[in-house]
Amino acid sequence: MIRNEECIVLSNQEIAHNIFELTLKGELVQQMNEPGQFVHLKVSGSVDPLLRRPISIAKIDQENNMFTMIFRAEGNGTKLLAQKKVGDVVDVLGPLGNGFPVEEAKAGSTALLVGGGIGVPPLYELSLRLKERNVNVIHVLGFATKDAVFYEEKFSELGETYVVTVDGSHGEKGFVTDVISAQNLSFDTLYTCGPTPMLRALEATYPEKNVYLSLEERMGCGIGACFACVCRTQDDPTGYTYKKVCTDGPVFKGGEVLI
Amino acid sequence: MSQLAVNLPGLQLKNPIMPASGCFGFGREYSQFYDLSTLGSIMIKATTVEPRFGNPTPRVAETTAGMLNAIGLQNPGLKKVINEELAWLDQFDVPIIANVAGSLEEDYIEVAREISKVSNVHALELNISCPNVKTGGIAFGTIPEVAKELTKKVKEVSSVPVYVKLSPNVSNIVEMAKAVEAGGADGLTMINTLIGMRLDLKTGKPVLANNTGGLSGPAIKPVAIRMIYEVSQHVNIPIIGMGGVQSAEDVIEFFYAGASAVAVGTANFVDPLVCPKIIEELPALLDELGFDHISECTGRSWKKNEKLAYHRA
Repeated sequence: MIRNEECIVLSNQEIAHNIFELTLKGELVQQMNEPGQFVHLKVSGSVDPLLRRPISIAKIDQENNMFTMIFRAEGNGTKLLAQKKVGDVVDVLGPLGNGFPVEEAKAGSTALLVGGGIGVPPLYELSLRLKERNVNVIHVLGFATKDAVFYEEKFSELGETYVVTVDGSHGEKGFVTDVISAQNLSFDTLYTCGPTPMLRALEATYPEKNVYLSLEERMGCGIGACFACVCRTQDDPTGYTYKKVCTDGPVFKGGEVLI
Repeated sequence: MSQLAVNLPGLQLKNPIMPASGCFGFGREYSQFYDLSTLGSIMIKATTVEPRFGNPTPRVAETTAGMLNAIGLQNPGLKKVINEELAWLDQFDVPIIANVAGSLEEDYIEVAREISKVSNVHALELNISCPNVKTGGIAFGTIPEVAKELTKKVKEVSSVPVYVKLSPNVSNIVEMAKAVEAGGADGLTMINTLIGMRLDLKTGKPVLANNTGGLSGPAIKPVAIRMIYEVSQHVNIPIIGMGGVQSAEDVIEFFYAGASAVAVGTANFVDPLVCPKIIEELPALLDELGFDHISECTGRSWKKNEKLAYHRA
């Protein structure tokens, strides 16, 4: 169930260049049941910025009513969010959308988790859940440069982890797809979140695999009413069929929507 | 009688607050948050004869105190709107205003004829002012004579009163209002969005795939107030005002300008509960301002010889 609640900032810190880790406390954490869902945040009480900001959930702690997000302070909304101090309140609408289906990975099987940049965060809670289900997890995490890298250690604690940077300043040089083929990684299920070209490449490379992709799109309401974040489906690429990223997604099965 | 109940052609409203078309879908999403029977009315998403996919994405871009949208009238088409959406909305005790759109005159006529027969549709909102579709829409909304003729033809086939939605993207909105009144319009709804653009700092190109979009939100409220103020003094049909409404105070300002009811648009995206919140806050605000009934506020900005409410004994 979607809740609207004023959550309290428990911590907010820069963990990489312009990348912030924000932990909030609120009752709505009890509604967060799937990794890969997101929340819609009002970052200011004023009319500027006017709209909410969709941010993915990186970690859920239901015992303590806490959840963590990792975001890049880039536009005026996320820059304001980066300034939130411990004890401040943030207006949260959520949890929203459908997350990654963890039950698709069987115990004893291997799941490959591929993240790009600010698409990495939701994979963390996913990895924790998969580990709980005794799924073997492999992570391939792509970043632009060394100073943008975060959570390398945390992912390493859960399973085999490869970091790749576009400029080669940390880990392997190149793209996530280069590492997957160079390391000859084999897996049963692929979960991914990141830039669209990366999702497209992964979907095209593994048409026979069980692939789940998390999409990003500019959103208005976040609850399915405004029709801002629609995408077409692969079985009706020019017709009237559509999916809403906010409520039908953001996670889709490979082959479902046109990306 | 309630302080908030208002009567407009075809519409006996328990309160004058309704979500604006295109900002509320067909109500399903918001019914998760509150009972839709709380609302005065619901202006449903624009309906065309055939289904429409709408424009490519990005379809929205934020601006200072506002947003641009170029959805492109995406909707499931007349049949599905009647059989699925309006049928679903029938469970609520709320009169529906159906927004009618199209490309050709025949399209408007067909949608108006069919949708006005549905029992919970109490009025039509003729959408001659959508800035985001290539043909129709705005063309009907910018030439007074064309708007008048379309209004007349829609009136002939409609089983319920017809409100015409006016575009602010015209040089003389009073002329447009008078033209559709002469065409037989029962009321006006105004304003639709203002055409705007936003360019990306890195690429220099438009953010919206459609290049231009309709500006809405608090940024356009002063334009709406000015236009309602002008139009309401020159027509004898009621106005449902809209454009950046966020609070009970905004609602009163629209009434002062000349509106008889108010629609809330973009604010629904920010706060899904904004409509019921405004409805709840209005009575106390009216008391504070010294009004017995909200209709006393209509046109206060230009009506002569009226004592200010708080001067009454």
